[in-house]
Amino acid sequence: MTLLNAYLEGVGLLGPGVTNWPQGLAILAGQAPYQQQKTVLSPPASLPPAERRRASPGVMAALQVGLEACAMAGVHPADPASVFASSGGDGRICHAICSALASGDTMISPTQFHNSVHNAISGYWGIAAGAMTPSSVVSAYDGSFSAGLLEAMTLLVSEQRPVLLIACDSDYPQPLYDARPVPDTFAVALLLTATPHPGKTIAQLRFCGDDLFTDSAVQAMDDIALEALRQSIPAARCLPLLQAIARSEAGRIVLDYVNPPHLAVDVAPCS
Amino acid sequence: MPPVLVSRFTATSCIGRGLDQTFAALLDRQSGLKQCAFQGIDINTWVGEVDAVDDEEMEPDLQDFNCRNNRLAQLALRQDGFAEAVDAAASRWGRKRIGVFLGTSTAGILQTEWAFRRRDPVSGCLPADFVYAATHSPYSLSDFIRRKLRLEGPAMSVSSACSSSAKALASAKRMLDAGLIDAAVVGGVDSLCATTLYGFHSLGLLADGPCRPFSDDRKGISLGEAAAYLLLERMPDSPDGDAVLLLGVGESSDAYHMSSPHPEGLGARIAMEQALSSAGLSPASIDYINLHGTATLNNDSSEAKAVVGVFGATTPCSSTKGATGHTLGAAGALEAVICAIAIQHDLMPAGPEAGQRDTTTGIQYLMSNQRQRVSHILSNSFGFGGSNCSLVFGRST
Repeated sequence: MTLLNAYLEGVGLLGPGVTNWPQGLAILAGQAPYQQQKTVLSPPASLPPAERRRASPGVMAALQVGLEACAMAGVHPADPASVFASSGGDGRICHAICSALASGDTMISPTQFHNSVHNAISGYWGIAAGAMTPSSVVSAYDGSFSAGLLEAMTLLVSEQRPVLLIACDSDYPQPLYDARPVPDTFAVALLLTATPHPGKTIAQLRFCGDDLFTDSAVQAMDDIALEALRQSIPAARCLPLLQAIARSEAGRIVLDYVNPPHLAVDVAPCS
Repeated sequence: MPPVLVSRFTATSCIGRGLDQTFAALLDRQSGLKQCAFQGIDINTWVGEVDAVDDEEMEPDLQDFNCRNNRLAQLALRQDGFAEAVDAAASRWGRKRIGVFLGTSTAGILQTEWAFRRRDPVSGCLPADFVYAATHSPYSLSDFIRRKLRLEGPAMSVSSACSSSAKALASAKRMLDAGLIDAAVVGGVDSLCATTLYGFHSLGLLADGPCRPFSDDRKGISLGEAAAYLLLERMPDSPDGDAVLLLGVGESSDAYHMSSPHPEGLGARIAMEQALSSAGLSPASIDYINLHGTATLNNDSSEAKAVVGVFGATTPCSSTKGATGHTLGAAGALEAVICAIAIQHDLMPAGPEAGQRDTTTGIQYLMSNQRQRVSHILSNSFGFGGSNCSLVFGRST
C-alpha cells in the first residue's frame, strides 16, 4: 500500500569532488570516475552583502544546491516549502563560542550567536530566496537525510505547493572532530512535487506502508571511495538513492535512519 | 485534516514539577524567575532555573546521555504518569507505531562548554568522557527519550530555535495525518547554558529584572529552562468529554532577518492564519491567545501588530513567560501544555503582575486571570531565523 508519493523534478549536489548534479549524475551512473577533492564553496550571490560575508560553509553549500534544484525544476525559489536536515549545527561556530567561553571571554559575537542556531541555514535560505513558506529543520544524527525525506514527503501532503529538501553537513574542527569526525561539506537538494509534469519529472519516490520502517540492511555504495564518502558525512547517506536516480533504476532503496529502523524508499524513473 | 487527540501531557519548569504545581502557580500568578546564579555566570539578569536537575541519576546503560538537558528531560518524564501513559499507548498501537519528535535549540551544549574548559593542556583534546552523539547532538534528546520509553518507531529532533517544540507538534501531526504512525511523543527540552545566556546578553536582549511581556517598560527576555511532553494519538471514535485536541497548525518564515522579527509581524500573521485555516476556525472562535511574548521591545510590538491584523482588538491574550521565563526550544511545548491546562481548568492565565501594559499595542492583554469556559486557544512560537509556528487547541465537546 502506498502511503505517500512524490515526484522528483530537481536535484542539487555539492560535495568532495562533486561540483553539481550533472557531474554527480555522471559519476553515480558510472560514466565518469570519482576523484575525491576538497569541496569547492562559492559565496552565494543571492544573499545581500552583509549576509554574504557571514555565510558559513553550510549556508554556502545549502543555498547553492537549493538554487540548482529549483532551477532544474523551473520552480521559483520563493515558492516551495522547505525542509533542512542536518546532523548538527555549524561546528566552527560552536568551536569558536566554546573556546571563547573556556578562556573566560564572555563577549560572544552577536553574529556568531545567531549563526549558531541549527536553523541558521533555513533563515538564510528564506532571506536569499524571499521564501515565506513553512520551513522545517530536523536532525536525526546519521539518519538526518532520511528524517528530512520523511518530513518533506508529509509536508508535501499538507502544503499545496512543491517541497524543497536540503540535507547538508559541514566539517568539524579539532578537537570536536575527534568526537564527531565530519571531514568536509556535503549538500544535496531534492525538489519534490505532488503531481508529475511530463518532460520534467525525473523519478517517482514512494513510501509503502508495509515496510517503510524496516530492519532490512542499508544499501552501501559499490565504489569504495563513494562508500567512504557515504559513511563520513551524514548528508551523504542519500547516495544510494541518488545512484538509483542517476542510473534510472527502479527498486527499493534502504537508507540509514534511526537504526533501527532504517527507511525504505521505492524509486522508479519517470523519463 | 482531522484533529489529533492529546491523550496525556506534562510540564516541568521553574514554576513547578508536573501539572498540579504548574496549574497552582498559574492560578496564583506566581513567577519562578530569580536573579541569575547559574554556574557562576556573571550577568545581571533573572532566569527560570529548575530546582534539583543535577540530582537526577542516569540508568547504567544510559550513562553516555548524562548531561543537564537529559537530566531535565528525565526528571520531567517521571511526572503525571506520562511514561506509564506511553506504555499503555504502546500496548494499544505497538512500539513501532509511536514516533518521537522533540524540539530543542541547544540540547546538551552545556556539556561541550565544560568539555572545552577541560581540554588537555598539551594535546588540546577534549576529555575522554565527552560523548558528542549523546549530549551535544540535537538528536541526543529524542534518542534519549526514545530509549527511556523503549519506543521503536520513527524519531527526530526539531531544532528551529525558539519555535522548535511547537514545530515538533506540527511535524507529528503530519505523520499522524499521513498514517505513518498511530501515536507520537512530542515536546521540547531546553536547559540553561552559557552559550544562550551570554549570546542573548551580547544581543542586548536580556532584561535586568524579571521579564515583563507587553508592559510599557519591558526591557527584554528572562531565559528559562523546561521540559514538556504531550502524547498525541489518532482520534478515537468517541473521545472523553473533556479531552484536549490539537486542531490545527500553521507555519511560515519571515525571510527578513536572522535575529529580528519582521517589523509588521507579517510572518507571524501568516502562521496564525494558516493555523486557523488548518483548524477550520474563524478568528472570532478563538477564546484566548497564548502569545509568544518574549518581552523584548520589538518582538512584542511586531507580534501585537500581527495579532491585531488577524483577530482585531478584542481577543483576550497573554504571555506566560513572566512566570516561566523564555524556555527557547521548549517554549512551544511548555505553552502547549499551559493551553491544555487552560482548556481543562477553564482558566485564561494572565501571568505575573507586571505593572502598566503597553496600551499602544492595541491588543486585549489580560490584566487578571479569567475563569470561564475556554473552547479554542491559539498559541504562538516564533524564533531566530524568522521561524514561525502557531498551534490551535480545542476540546472534544
